[in-house]
Amino acid sequence: MRNLWIFINRYNAFFLFIIFFIVGIVLTLKNNAYQRNVIINSTNSVVGNAYAKLNVIKRYLNLRQVNDSLALENAQLKTSILALNSVDSTKTSVIKDTVNHQQYTILSAMVIKNSINLANNIITVNKGSNDGIAKDMAVISPQKGVIGFVLEVSPHFATIRTLLNKDTYISVVLKKNNAYGSLVWGDKNFDFRKAYVKEIPNHFKVNIGDTIVTSGAGGFPKGIEVGRISQTQISTGDSFMTLEVALFNDFSTLQYVYIIKDRYSSEIKNLQETSKNEQ
Amino acid sequence: MNSKLIFYNIIRWFLLLFVQIFLLRNVIFYNLSTPFLYVLFLLVLPFGIPNFLLYLIAFGTGLTLDAFYDTLGVHTTACVTLMYVRIAFINLSLNRDSIDEPEPSLGNMGFKWFALYATLCIFAHHIILFFLEAFKLNEFVYTLTRALLSMVFTLFTVLLTEFIFHNRKSV
Repeated sequence: MRNLWIFINRYNAFFLFIIFFIVGIVLTLKNNAYQRNVIINSTNSVVGNAYAKLNVIKRYLNLRQVNDSLALENAQLKTSILALNSVDSTKTSVIKDTVNHQQYTILSAMVIKNSINLANNIITVNKGSNDGIAKDMAVISPQKGVIGFVLEVSPHFATIRTLLNKDTYISVVLKKNNAYGSLVWGDKNFDFRKAYVKEIPNHFKVNIGDTIVTSGAGGFPKGIEVGRISQTQISTGDSFMTLEVALFNDFSTLQYVYIIKDRYSSEIKNLQETSKNEQ
Repeated sequence: MNSKLIFYNIIRWFLLLFVQIFLLRNVIFYNLSTPFLYVLFLLVLPFGIPNFLLYLIAFGTGLTLDAFYDTLGVHTTACVTLMYVRIAFINLSLNRDSIDEPEPSLGNMGFKWFALYATLCIFAHHIILFFLEAFKLNEFVYTLTRALLSMVFTLFTVLLTEFIFHNRKSV
């Protein structure tokens, strides 16, 4: 101990230098927005690039599943084309301008960072504000099921707060009787295959196997199938039910997502805000 | 250390910082070279001040500069680095017992010693200052050019000031 003290004392200039230097650096980082930004941005770009590289491999390994899902989707689209073609268009007298009055536009994006194991999962996709993505847009999965909402956008990337996140509430209805509820995840449940529907009043009759669809509020188009009820016997003690839902989509093999652009989202938001103010 | 010396140093601190902040802050050549004359105060602090006090003075001076330059921490770190180089250089080049001059100024130590001493100290100070300001190695050559050109400018002003005041004192 005495030797250590002598050693420190002998080279006190150096140790004092280290201490003061560190204090200086800390001051620099704490108080200057520019230096802090450089550090955070450079780490972000390193992390982003690493994930992008890793994803090339992952995408290759999952090709089979993606092919299957694409084929399935193709089949569905073909079916709908057939259905459209069978309509006798010569008989319609009113022309509906579907291009200008289309409320929802769909943008597809590739997932470059998936996350399912955390308490609050956020995924990253390879489209950003340059592609027309904005905050709070709804995101669905290519087949069935919802993903979540856009959290942050940069010019080329966007992060999505998925359903597997404590802050995500998605407005849903029971398909058979239009009872409103909200879809949540969390509450000691960290299984990415199930979620809960809350706030459906007790007087509705619900069976196992009933389908849950989106309600049309909160950015999602109406009627997107979310999941099937797998358990109804959860006691809550109040006048609302909690239903367990088996989700249709599998978050663990997510590769592509569809981001939904709502033409009227800002209009709806403004309207709701002004209505609130006048209460 | 007598009270006259302390008084001189305090006056010098105010004078140099005043000149630095109100005059030299606006002097810049092609966005590349700008003088930091205030380091002269740290260079000619008297011998015999304990290391801790030296660092504290450097820290305080840097902090004052940062307050006026709006770059909290950058000048502070650079000044502390300069102080380390000063202590190390004086330890290496001078025998502690045979120092009879009060302070390491040009007049006391001779041009050769002082020029080398000032060059090394200013080099360390400017390298830390400019790289901390840029904070990335992307523009390494540009930052280095800025640091070196500023070093030449600072060194020039430091030596000039020393020459002027040295002559006046000895007369």
